[in-house]
Amino acid sequence: MSQAALTITDTTLGKKYVMALSGLVLFGFVIVHMLGNLQVFLGAEAMNGYAHTLQSNPTIVWLVRFVLAATIIVHFGAAFALTAQNKKARPIKYRMKKDVATNYAAKGMIYGGVVLVAYIIFHLMHFTIADTAPVIAGKLGYVHSSPFGPEQMPNVYNNVIKSFQNTGMTAVYLVAQVALGFHLYHGSWSIFQSLGLSHRRYNDAVRSVAVAFAIVVVLGFAAVPIAVWTGFVQAV
Amino acid sequence: MKLKVHVWRQANASSKGKFETHEVSDISPDMSFLEMLDVLNEELVDHEKEPVAFDHDCREGICGTCSLVINGEAHGPQRAATTCQLHMRKFDDGDEIWVEPFRAGAFPVIRDLVVDRKAFDRIIQAGGFITARTGSACDANEIPVSKEIADRAMDAAACIGCGACVAACPNASAMLFTAAKVRHLNMMPQGQPEREVRVRNMVSQMDAEGFGACSNHFECEAACPKEISVEFIAEMNREFLGAMVKADNTVPKRG
Repeated sequence: MSQAALTITDTTLGKKYVMALSGLVLFGFVIVHMLGNLQVFLGAEAMNGYAHTLQSNPTIVWLVRFVLAATIIVHFGAAFALTAQNKKARPIKYRMKKDVATNYAAKGMIYGGVVLVAYIIFHLMHFTIADTAPVIAGKLGYVHSSPFGPEQMPNVYNNVIKSFQNTGMTAVYLVAQVALGFHLYHGSWSIFQSLGLSHRRYNDAVRSVAVAFAIVVVLGFAAVPIAVWTGFVQAV
Repeated sequence: MKLKVHVWRQANASSKGKFETHEVSDISPDMSFLEMLDVLNEELVDHEKEPVAFDHDCREGICGTCSLVINGEAHGPQRAATTCQLHMRKFDDGDEIWVEPFRAGAFPVIRDLVVDRKAFDRIIQAGGFITARTGSACDANEIPVSKEIADRAMDAAACIGCGACVAACPNASAMLFTAAKVRHLNMMPQGQPEREVRVRNMVSQMDAEGFGACSNHFECEAACPKEISVEFIAEMNREFLGAMVKADNTVPKRG
């Protein structure tokens, strides 16, 4: 028996804590992001003002971006290590295997995660780094709108409207939200299980709240492209 | 009953196995699954063929020796039962049945349907015991244990170590087994002196054996013949985190 020591993240349980805690951070971000998006329904003034406020505080924005990027890398890294370990743990597959307890949300976690990483890259190209890659952004249907109001604020509002008047773009975003919903449902209640915050009196409630949260997040994000695509929200 | 049985045959750990198909007839619905295999083996012996090797001992569902994945389910389609307690009345005349060994890298096949589950023994050796002297039995109630704790420790201790949790887990994880063994002792007053070192060492050994991680599918709980709850997994997660953030934040790497 060797005398080498394992730190917490070397262990399987430690990697699950990393998954849970990084997932919690990302879940928090998703909710804040959703609330920001919903300002589309408050009109161009509110949305563009919000975007202007964010862009006027580059230190905070870049700090948040750095933390989020690091969190995604950590979340993805731990998932990759665990998946590799899991594949290795069963070198010979069953010829017949029946699922008794699991569900699509649980089985799709790793695939959903890959879809979400691809989606995040696409989404950043589409709305955030379009200026640095205008050719790609143009192909993706990104539209630059002329500045808004006397203060020449970025017209984020119109960018959103023009993007989602495109059916293909709306479809891509809606599919991604469904993937996000399943990922968040399984991920959010798993945070409790992985960190040991389990009690038989509350476990069912945690699952129900996870379903509710996932539905709220999916509807909250999907509301914007749907409202634009159906013409409920118009450009200014 | 007449059945078509596809059974995994593998001469030894290093050889490549394959399925072999046999027709078995005159099976009574009252037979256990293992008795059906006994009938098959008698026929094979009569025809001077090698009988199918499978694990079994008590045949009353308490020893944890029998195994098998039957039609894709560890211990077959009956809930809360081992293979020896599975009756042929669960199947229909003319059914096709696929019989495979428990599949996990940590459970190498020894022969046919027999797998080596010594990885579980090594997890127990890493901490699944108490170091108090084992002299003569002490007087009843000498150590007070509340009814609630005694019941719950018994729920965890009901684990017979069969390995169905590993077999059923999409990741071949041994979390349910390890959690049951950790929590069974860690809930009792007798288990307190080694409480932290137990969870650290048993988790370390579980990893060293090459089992997978828990991704909360809970197939283990559904397959467990003793219906061990996944709540114990959460409790082990909590105990391990607590033990690691206390004094020493490393665990010894076990061979």
